[in-house]
Order: sequence, then C-alpha cells, then structure tokens
Amino acid sequence: MSKVYRFDPQDFKKINPMGTVPALVDGDVVINDSFAIIMYLDDKYPEPPLLPSDLHKRAVNYQATSIVMSGIQPHQNMALFRYLEEKINAEEKTAWITNVITKGFTALENLLVSCAGKYATGDEVYLADLFLAPQIHAAFNRFQINMEPYPTLAKFHESYNELPAFQNAVPENQPDTPSTI
Amino acid sequence: MANSGAEKLKLYSYWRSSCAHRVRIALALKGLEYEYIPVNLIKGDQFDPVYRFDLQDFKKINPMGTVPALVDGDVVINDSFAIIMYLDEKYPEPPLLPRDIHKRAVNYQAMSIVLSGIQPHQNLAVIRYIEEKINAEEKTAWVNNAITKGFTALEKLLVNCAGKHATGDEIYLADLFLAPQIHGAINRFQINMEPYPTLAKCYESYNELPVFQNALPEKQPDAPSTI
Repeated sequence: MSKVYRFDPQDFKKINPMGTVPALVDGDVVINDSFAIIMYLDDKYPEPPLLPSDLHKRAVNYQATSIVMSGIQPHQNMALFRYLEEKINAEEKTAWITNVITKGFTALENLLVSCAGKYATGDEVYLADLFLAPQIHAAFNRFQINMEPYPTLAKFHESYNELPAFQNAVPENQPDTPSTI
Repeated sequence: MANSGAEKLKLYSYWRSSCAHRVRIALALKGLEYEYIPVNLIKGDQFDPVYRFDLQDFKKINPMGTVPALVDGDVVINDSFAIIMYLDEKYPEPPLLPRDIHKRAVNYQAMSIVLSGIQPHQNLAVIRYIEEKINAEEKTAWVNNAITKGFTALEKLLVNCAGKHATGDEIYLADLFLAPQIHGAINRFQINMEPYPTLAKCYESYNELPVFQNALPEKQPDAPSTI
C-alpha cells in the first residue's frame, strides 16, 4: 500500500498544467490522462494484457472506453456540475447528468449485451472493464441511477465486486477517503 | 488501394463533424476506399437523392445516432477513436502510433484531451442545451472556455516534442485528432491561435498534405454548395 504524500499545488501544476487527476510519474516520465496512463502501463508491463487479441473484440473495448471517456464522464465532472447549478439550478444539473448517463448506459448495454461474458467482453478483464467499473460504481453510489434497464452492466458490477484488484481501487478504500464514509 | 477486391468500407459521416473528419483522414492515410454515406445532423434527411438515407437503418446499426460509423462487412463500429484504432490494427501501414512508448503516451494524451476534454463540450447536443436553457452568449463562453483550456494543455504537452507534426516528423494519432479540432476552432468558433504557436504550426503542416486537404469538411459530398 502506498504512503500518503504531502501535496504541494505548485509542484502538481508544474507536472500537470491542466491540474487534473490522475497523473502518473514514472521516473522522468509524467502522464496526465487516465486513458494515456493505462495504455502506457499496458505497453510497458504487458502482463496481463488489457486488450484481447481479436480485432473485433479490441474494437468493442475501444468503443466502450470511448463511450465512458467522451460520452459520459466529461458531462458529469465537477466543473460542469458547478456551472449548471450556478447558471441554472440543482434540478437542471441532476436532470442533465441523469440524461447523459442514461444515453451512455443505453449505448453500452446495446454494445455489450451480445459479447459479454463474466466481464464486459468475455471472461477476462480488459480495457472496457477498467472504464466501466468506476462509471457504474458512481452511477450506483453518487447518482442513484436505476440499473434495471441495464442488466448486462449490473451483472458486471457484481463481477467486479468479487475481485480484490477492483475492491482495493474503489473510492471508499483510498488513503484520502474521508473517515465519515 | 489497400483494400481493393474486398467489400467496400462504408462510412456514415457528416461533412462538419470533427469526429467524422478524424476518420476521413485515417482512411485517406491508409489508402482505403470507402462509400461515403451522409447523415445530416442538423436537418435529418434532406440532401442529394444519390445518397438516400434511412434513419431506421442507421439507428439499427448505431442506436446512439452519432457519427461517424464504419461498416466493414459484418462489423459495425460507432466511435471515431475505436474506428481509427480498428483501421490501424487491420491495415497497419502506415502505423498511426510510434514505437517509442513515451511518444505513444504523448499521442494518447493529445488524443484524449481532444476526445474527452474539448469535443464533448462543443458538440451539437451540448451547445443546443446551453443555448436553450441559458442563452447564446453563455454557450459561446462555454465553448471558448473548453477550447482555451484544452489548447493550453495541448500546447504545453506538445511544445517540446513536436517536429514537423505533433509528435515528430511523421503523422500519428495525435495529428488525426488535432487537425479537425484546430480547423473547427478557427473556422467555427473564431478562436485566436496566437497563444498556441505549436498548434498553429502543426495546423499549417497539415494544409500541405493532400490526405488532410481531401478530408476537410468543405470538400465532402454533403457540404453545402454555398461554402
């Protein structure tokens, strides 16, 4: 388990001008984006592989990743929340986020229903699962999304809950998680 | 042509979609022939009868109703990033990613800044929503802010590793995402490029290449004749 480091905003902005998390530091290399970090890790440490060998299954992984990365998450981040709540009101913000998640989850359900196994694209964990797990976790815990229309996605959520690699990564289990959770 | 003899690829595209624009560049780079099927995102169904468009068919293959979509025989792929990676894996020449893992990481970062940091905040659904719920000035401010933040990050990311193009002297993944984004910023959103000299220089380098020129919105079969 990693130590908790003292955080300096100046240092952080030097390595990450956009000021976003996550950022990975590997010696001299700094990478500022979750997707880029994950692909870097997969390039540098190829086992186990985060992408399947089959071309079509890889395409499904990339699609699922992109739906989360560009179709859902950008529309539920803090900057946008605050903007919508400030410029309109809290109800509008909630409606917007619910709409965005609904559209995205519908697309994911359609995409994955016929190729899912124990996990998103088969019986091994791949790239898509790394993006789905946090998104579904947040949908359940932060946004109170009803998962009934998305049985395939709900099933994944249960599969992830059985894996230590996923359990150890959940927000509630981090060094900086508030003790009130 | 890289795929002559095989069943022709089909691309569902909209002339002005920056996401479709990315894929058009990839197809041109790889020397792949394809059938261009226009999807009119603004009006819905009014254009040249040569390309008769069926919304039901489109929604069957693409429930989210977004462009671009690529059809390769039985395979349907609905996202510009996924399409580009699929094309790169199926037709590896020329490669869209460098060998060096650090340069690859820079390409993925640049791609992601555009894909998830900028474009989602300027797509039709979002700008219509903001204009409807608030007003047009707020919409413009929102888009300008998203582009400014994203271009600032891209400039910092690329300033030390750019060559003729974004990450060296060859065209890679980052360039496929930058070209349409910068084109849109200049032509649609009137963004001032002075704070971003690296990006401006990359953009000029694309203007010299036929594969980029032919992919431009203005050159597509469904571009309005008034342009």
